[in-house]
Amino acid sequence: MTMSLMSEVGQKAFDLGIPIAVHLDVTYRCNERCVHCYLDHDDHGEMTTAEIKDVLDQLAEAGVFFLTFSGGEVFLRRDFFELLEYSRRLMFNVKIKTNAVMIHEAEARRIRDLGVDTIQISVYSHRPEVHDAITKLPHSLERTITAIRFLRQQGLRVTIANVLMTINSSDQNGVQELAAELGAHYTLDPTITPMMDGDTSVLALRVPGEELPGIFSNPALVGNQEEFCAPPKPPSEEDLEGYSCSAGHSFCYISPYGDVFPCVQFPLPTGNVRQQKFLDIWKFSPAMKEVRSIQAKDLTVCSSCSHVGSCSRCPGLAYVEGNMRGPSTADCEKSFYRTGVPTANMLRQGLTRPRALSGNSAALIQIQPVPIQTVQIQSAQIQPVSVPTC
Amino acid sequence: MPENCLYIARSSAIAARALAGEMMVMNSADSTFFTLNEVATAIFQAADGRTPLREIVRHRICDQFDVDPEQAQTDAEQFVTELSSHGILLVSTQPFASEAP
Repeated sequence: MTMSLMSEVGQKAFDLGIPIAVHLDVTYRCNERCVHCYLDHDDHGEMTTAEIKDVLDQLAEAGVFFLTFSGGEVFLRRDFFELLEYSRRLMFNVKIKTNAVMIHEAEARRIRDLGVDTIQISVYSHRPEVHDAITKLPHSLERTITAIRFLRQQGLRVTIANVLMTINSSDQNGVQELAAELGAHYTLDPTITPMMDGDTSVLALRVPGEELPGIFSNPALVGNQEEFCAPPKPPSEEDLEGYSCSAGHSFCYISPYGDVFPCVQFPLPTGNVRQQKFLDIWKFSPAMKEVRSIQAKDLTVCSSCSHVGSCSRCPGLAYVEGNMRGPSTADCEKSFYRTGVPTANMLRQGLTRPRALSGNSAALIQIQPVPIQTVQIQSAQIQPVSVPTC
Repeated sequence: MPENCLYIARSSAIAARALAGEMMVMNSADSTFFTLNEVATAIFQAADGRTPLREIVRHRICDQFDVDPEQAQTDAEQFVTELSSHGILLVSTQPFASEAP
């Protein structure tokens, strides 16, 4: 009930083709060197303060409401608070993704004063020796936890984001308990993405698919486990008329260099805001239009898959595998390990189980965890009455 | 208090954006999310902290929508009270010092 209004608004934006949410990376530079990170941390010509402000003006005009600032580490930009203040003047709902090691009491207070909605912070383990080995920054866990306490003292909403890998997979309960102790939300994401230069060596960090059922049976992460793991229902006509996700429909990603993509995980170039207006790219880019046109019935393999109505198939990961209309092996694995039912993609290859650590898979799974706090949604309306005007 | 003395301003803690004629409003303090219809949106947009509510109702509502002025004033006050209780609007009997964003 409480989520229906938000869903309604999201659907309206989707139907009208309004980019209601944008993820903006303001830098790829970072003070940590996480072992699983896919980014090149050198600065190849980030947008200037003026350029980003101009983009923010354009995004507000285009109807963007939810704005995520991310990186790299956003606080490495000396102008970050200036950008934050500017975005709040434009009345965006702002979320920040950060490792938080540069947030002290003064920064936490300023973030609160600027009315930031949520700060998402990466924590990979509750044990310093594991977390710091992943970030390669000594004392990073201690600094991050201190920052979270400062933020929570200001009454700010904090989400702890844990990336699940082979090297920290046994620590997920510990991180979840740490989040509870700090009063933070907790999310778990086992997605490991190849490096931007195509290097896939980081994929060796992915947790084996055989471990996924253990995650899928955790109600704290998946909600109703029985429902989550239920065998797929036969697809309806509506399922086949449907689209994969909001990428390119009501969501997009902008890099520090001004490149616009349908999503963070969908590296299909659609234009650059240094050369074109954002709305021209959003509305008229042939690549963006192509992404928008793809319905489930158009998918080369997945349209005949029993999972088509319930699979979280990511078109971006499918694109990385070679065909945005094709299957995403990562999501095939997820569907299989969630339900035990082989996918069409597996069956056409004669597989009854996914190949172990398939090299062409960009990422394994993504889970949307159960939110700890429920968003309250209400509607306020004044209904005009039909009487003569005053 | 006499209603013609009310001044309203948008809180600096909120996020807001128009979507197809309706205003989405979210208070970051408690994540309360509202959508405002066309009439409520007109009041929200006019909440500059300096224009009396009665004047907003007269010029932004009665002049543009087919509404009874007394009913519109009553509804507007109710609306303002509700949004004020959620920290979306600030209400005062004096004009606000600085203009709303």
